[in-house]
Amino acid sequence: MKGHVWKFGNNIDTDLIIPARYLNTSDPEELAKYAMMDADSEWVDKMKKGDFIVAGDNFGCGSSREHAPIALKATGLSAVIAKSFARIFYRNAINIGFPILESAEAAEEIKEGDEVEVDLTAGIIHDQTTGKSYKAQPFPEFMQKIIDAGGLIPYLKKKTR
Amino acid sequence: MAQTISQKILAKHCGKKEVSPGELINCRVDVVLGNDITAPPAIKEFEKIGVSKVFDKKKIFLVPDHFTPAKDIKSAEQVKMMRHFAKKYGIVNFFEIGCMGVEHALLPEIGAIKPGELIIGADSHTCTYGALGAFSTGVGSTDMAAAMATGKVWFKVPEQLKFILRGKIGPWVEGKDLILYTIGQIGVDGARYMSMEFTGPAIKALSVEGRLTMANMAIEAGGKNGIFEIDAKTMAYLKPRLKSRLNLTANSFAGLASDEDAEYKEIFDWDVSKVEPQVSFPHLPSNAKPVSKCGHIKIDQSVIGSCTNGRMEDLRVAAKVLKGKKRHQDVRLIIIPATQAVYQQAMKEGLIDIFMKAEAAVSTPTCGPCLGGHMGILAEGERSIATTNRNFVGRMGHPKSEVYLSNVAVAAASAVAGYIVSPENL
Repeated sequence: MKGHVWKFGNNIDTDLIIPARYLNTSDPEELAKYAMMDADSEWVDKMKKGDFIVAGDNFGCGSSREHAPIALKATGLSAVIAKSFARIFYRNAINIGFPILESAEAAEEIKEGDEVEVDLTAGIIHDQTTGKSYKAQPFPEFMQKIIDAGGLIPYLKKKTR
Repeated sequence: MAQTISQKILAKHCGKKEVSPGELINCRVDVVLGNDITAPPAIKEFEKIGVSKVFDKKKIFLVPDHFTPAKDIKSAEQVKMMRHFAKKYGIVNFFEIGCMGVEHALLPEIGAIKPGELIIGADSHTCTYGALGAFSTGVGSTDMAAAMATGKVWFKVPEQLKFILRGKIGPWVEGKDLILYTIGQIGVDGARYMSMEFTGPAIKALSVEGRLTMANMAIEAGGKNGIFEIDAKTMAYLKPRLKSRLNLTANSFAGLASDEDAEYKEIFDWDVSKVEPQVSFPHLPSNAKPVSKCGHIKIDQSVIGSCTNGRMEDLRVAAKVLKGKKRHQDVRLIIIPATQAVYQQAMKEGLIDIFMKAEAAVSTPTCGPCLGGHMGILAEGERSIATTNRNFVGRMGHPKSEVYLSNVAVAAASAVAGYIVSPENL
């Protein structure tokens, strides 16, 4: 996956990612229209499929709404790279098969607009603008299996079959 | 290995003698909860799994409380989906409006929660039930779906934090202030992925409802769960509620406490006797200040209610402040009893009368304004003081509106004064 970077700060909460006033539906395409709305109301129009969000600490804090990673995924965003993730967002992203990468160094050094390439299997983030590479925190084996299956539901289906 | 109460509950639910922080475990759950925002996506995912029944018809709780009574057509469709799902799978615990309450006030009230249980809910404030000595945490809709099918959920055993609170708390200080103070001290990610265990003389002196308020906001420090030890107050709270489920004796939950030599990542030992009522400024719950240091902040609205502060004790405090007084002419005062039983009891005690005379708008239970859903949305540039749990950007309405979090007494006093103030200075 390859795309440009949009930078956001620390504690990007789920109300910023998808405000509750749009939660009277769980349709991904509908939710995608309002992604990051209260952080940057023009972001959805500016971003392109394949782009990345790079953020600081505690990304996705607040509500348990799975609509947050669902909305981001449906915009065509490749992944979120952050210094750290809030735990329910982290679970939800893995459970719905939306890629997240944790790297403090990458989150600090990568700049807005940089072109980034990510190798998800290896967990390598390569900033093509600066030429620097970063290794994301590896997932425990069990979580990697869920990710490889494409999320918790496909993982369960495979297991019960 | 010595274990904390959280570790003991997790170990019991994954069939092990003990568990260590960082360990990945698969646990059976005692309660699975969802609301009208989170249950619909869970239902869609559940149907994809391809099972013909839910793991247990009595252990799933569906509470449409967020956008109810349905605020618009789409919200009505969401609740309709839950209602049909409950019927189709014979789920007993679906709560229609009229018996519905704000989920985290409702479940403890009706005796759905027992100490030592493991509870998950597709709502971040599911951590509330730790006040009753349960391990309880918020998850997403997919986790809820998987748990409804299998009765199981995966966890990483959290690291443990211990908060020892000492001293006699001051006048007008509530559980809310102790938790806002705690979040102010450690920050919104100070307990990220961790278990927050509360103990000490100030906690022992606190009512169960005050503890529910505190546990409710563990998530606002990033915590996985908040948990309190079981004492005589817990037992007195549980006894009338659990009578149909078991015969409670003093020994019912023996051993369900942290071992004295259990290991903690960090122990905070605070004297809270000097802690004033706290006000958390926009836009993070951690921006907590003593009410005396707030300056003159004019408000347009005051909201009293929510899963944090909509219980009987809260309404009694509100009535104590509001009795014989009226809202300031520029302030809208909204009071939402969190459950039908709370509403009815408040009526019996004459509290609703006091609220109406103060010109409060009193409504049927709903999460409504807390998450900017309905029943008190803010316009651009408006400010609300609220007994709710979050003050993020746009939380109660317009992205350029502001929410200040406080306890009930301060929210009620501020509604009368027109600016943020302690009842002491009213």
